[in-house]
Amino acid sequence: MAITLKVNGESRELDIEPDMPLLWVLRDELGLTGTKFGCGVSACGACTVHINGQAVRTCMLPVSSAEGKDITTIEALSDEEKNLSALQQAWIDHQVPQCGYCQSGMLMAATALLSNNPNPTDADIDTAMTNVCRCGTYPRIRAAIRSVAVG
Amino acid sequence: MSKYSRRQILLGGAAAGGALLVGYGVLSPSRQQIAQTAHGSDEEHFVTQWIRIGTDNKITIFVPHSEMGQGVHTSIPMMAAEELEADWETIEVVQAPGEKIFANGPLGQAYLLNGATVPSALKGMVNFSTFQIAEMMNLQITGGSTAVRFTGHHGMRTAGAAAREMLIMAAGQKWNVPLVELEAVNSKIVHKKSGKSATYGELATLAAQYTPSSTPPLKNNADFKIIGTSIPRVDIPSKVDGTAEYGIDAKVDGMVYAAVRQAPVFGGELVSVDKGDIPSRRGIIDVVELSDAVVVVADSYWRAQKAANDLEIEFTSGNFGDVSTASINAQFDVDIAANEGEADVEVGDIAASLAAADKTLDAIYRVPFLAHATMEPMNCTVAFHDEGTCEVWTGTQDVLGTRGFIAGLSGLDDDKVTVHPLMLGGGFGRRSAGSPNFLALSVLVAQKIGKPVKLVWSREEDIQHDYYRPSVTAHMRAAFDSEGNVTGWQNKYVRKDEPVEASHIPYDVPNQNIRFVESEVHVPYGPWRSVAHTQHTFFNESFADELAHAAGKDPYIFRRELLKDKPRHLAVLNKVAQMSKWDGPLEPGHARGIAIQDSFQSLVAEVVDVSLVDGKPRVHKVWAAVDPGYVVNPDGARAQVESGIIYGLTAALYGEITIEGGQVMQENFPDYEMIRMADAPAIEVAFVETPGAHPGGLGEPSTPPIAPAVANALFSLTGKRIRSLPIQNHDLLDSQQLASAAD
Repeated sequence: MAITLKVNGESRELDIEPDMPLLWVLRDELGLTGTKFGCGVSACGACTVHINGQAVRTCMLPVSSAEGKDITTIEALSDEEKNLSALQQAWIDHQVPQCGYCQSGMLMAATALLSNNPNPTDADIDTAMTNVCRCGTYPRIRAAIRSVAVG
Repeated sequence: MSKYSRRQILLGGAAAGGALLVGYGVLSPSRQQIAQTAHGSDEEHFVTQWIRIGTDNKITIFVPHSEMGQGVHTSIPMMAAEELEADWETIEVVQAPGEKIFANGPLGQAYLLNGATVPSALKGMVNFSTFQIAEMMNLQITGGSTAVRFTGHHGMRTAGAAAREMLIMAAGQKWNVPLVELEAVNSKIVHKKSGKSATYGELATLAAQYTPSSTPPLKNNADFKIIGTSIPRVDIPSKVDGTAEYGIDAKVDGMVYAAVRQAPVFGGELVSVDKGDIPSRRGIIDVVELSDAVVVVADSYWRAQKAANDLEIEFTSGNFGDVSTASINAQFDVDIAANEGEADVEVGDIAASLAAADKTLDAIYRVPFLAHATMEPMNCTVAFHDEGTCEVWTGTQDVLGTRGFIAGLSGLDDDKVTVHPLMLGGGFGRRSAGSPNFLALSVLVAQKIGKPVKLVWSREEDIQHDYYRPSVTAHMRAAFDSEGNVTGWQNKYVRKDEPVEASHIPYDVPNQNIRFVESEVHVPYGPWRSVAHTQHTFFNESFADELAHAAGKDPYIFRRELLKDKPRHLAVLNKVAQMSKWDGPLEPGHARGIAIQDSFQSLVAEVVDVSLVDGKPRVHKVWAAVDPGYVVNPDGARAQVESGIIYGLTAALYGEITIEGGQVMQENFPDYEMIRMADAPAIEVAFVETPGAHPGGLGEPSTPPIAPAVANALFSLTGKRIRSLPIQNHDLLDSQQLASAAD
């Protein structure tokens, strides 16, 4: 079945099943492997991308439900000239990633948080940042988010 | 910033450009020459097999450890660059490929000479060349917090210093001046008298002709310029823009995808599989039946996994269908009671101390099985080629060991197998050489299908087919004399694992008897971050806390008194007490707990501040005082301590793999819960360095103390002693209400 997706500003036409989760469309069909598979049950957030600017977990999300919407992945978080976003730079400044596997999802969740709420409280960060990091980089993620927050 | 090109050497076959290559430790010129032939050129020379210097002044350092987030691709090159007097800006880092010349000699030496366990086949071979032993052992291990301790301290610093000597010799020959007049400064050799100077690149070709010394003089810690600075990790930029390539991201021409369902009971076998319409579904290539698993191969991972989920499969339970967590714990208690066991520690006369005791204290402690749950599920991509070679793409803690395992399994010679080491989405012991079930499955499927295959485990397979931190039970007993002094410490436990000293106590107790009983279970065992220290530190430091309370003493003061002859222990204990204001006021409803452990040659004392929120324990803050000898990269070291604490806190609060009907009951993160942002504590770390001490590891030592520190704090808060993990199994609200009612 033909499905048209708008990924990172580009229109992509694909012949795939409508129930294929968006995660596997991005990774296997489009080769965008920055978005990660962690649990397959929408519990860990490694597969988080932006759909119309909101953070969404994609490992159970049928691709058909993302049709016609703006999908943004970690590969497009920096601008066209590959300049890092303020949050990506904060992730480097705070030396956040360890194994790094969860960090694409963490960055997508944090970016959406700050675009909805430029000055989040600790409680706001707790509520928005529910992804799992086995290396335990949470204190550094919190510090990096706070360094970019307004105010 | 230094450049990082993990794959450069693999893409080029023999690397392009030319240089000087230097090896380390017990240096063998032939090893350097082999490296030169394979990975050098007229413009790049190996000065020892670990350091390659280009005529363009670019220095490449080969790291024989895997980057799994611990910063080893930064800390190890820092140690070489320090002794080499290199300009860090000119350093490029690559992971040493899985070839025998890059076997890790200093790690082999550590195994042989530092009292650690040596594979039995190698015992008595201490006089062998360390490198030969490392080759035989296929040592390219990342684990046991060994990188800085052995590779870095013994190996990379020696290699850097040897290379520096060779460059000085080259300049001396070139200018015909005495070597003592030459100085190595910032990637140049300088002759102050004549004002001459030459870059390392200019001297590389000449320097490569010398034989590196195995005993070059090393710098004094006071002269360090690079060690002790927080150089940013070289692997981090690729981890913020999605370009870091993990095993699961491997892309190979003609590759197909595979998903697996394994017998849920360890040792179970396949009886039958009803494939239904699956073979005719879109993209399905094959349904492969193995003795204990069914694998679906398809043109996309999701099609394979969906089909695997839909298969109707019958497996046997082997001989283990009746085994449960309850039966295992009962078996442990029976075996401990019925067997004398073997001694770990025998000091004084435990029987006499118990007989003469004014008071004794008994307790049974238990920890459950734990899965690793690395964020990246197990996966491996394998391609067999017509010319009788095999290529493997995976994240592994042991590149050479992986190559040897796959060669053995596929009947190929080692040199016909190439392992491409990709990033690890978490290791924690799961991707070590002794835990290769996912590699084996990938090889079998690739052989059957005749195409390159990427096998990715579902999270459920990953949790249910791990090699687990063992379930362990300890029967503890202590004796007090009439003055309240601890006169006896007895511990009889199942089962013994490495490191051998994990069950020991640091305390000055005159009569000690620590012994173990073996009690077989069918659940596979594997090393889990900090290995046997996780269980023993929970047992020992919780029981020590019980003794402190029984003696009517403050738990910090109690420990201090029993550690009075151990200055390094005292230093971290006093430091953490000071940092946490141990004697200071607490917020209402809060309490503190303390624990200490030395592991992997580092000492760590931790204090936690806890309260109950809605009846559940909440760890607000953790203070850690750490003595790792000397610190190579302070910010990276701090990150490791933070990480180890949170990893251990997940286990302390939530971690439990239970067995029913012989199989693991947990499947995925919803029933194998993790610490997340909302329950992650603030962490404050201080380093207490011991000048002249050997560096300790930092990837693991902060994990063991956290569970007892939290349990001890909860005892202070609620009066309820937690003797089994995880803490979430204990009803703390009731006991708190009881405690407050008693106030």
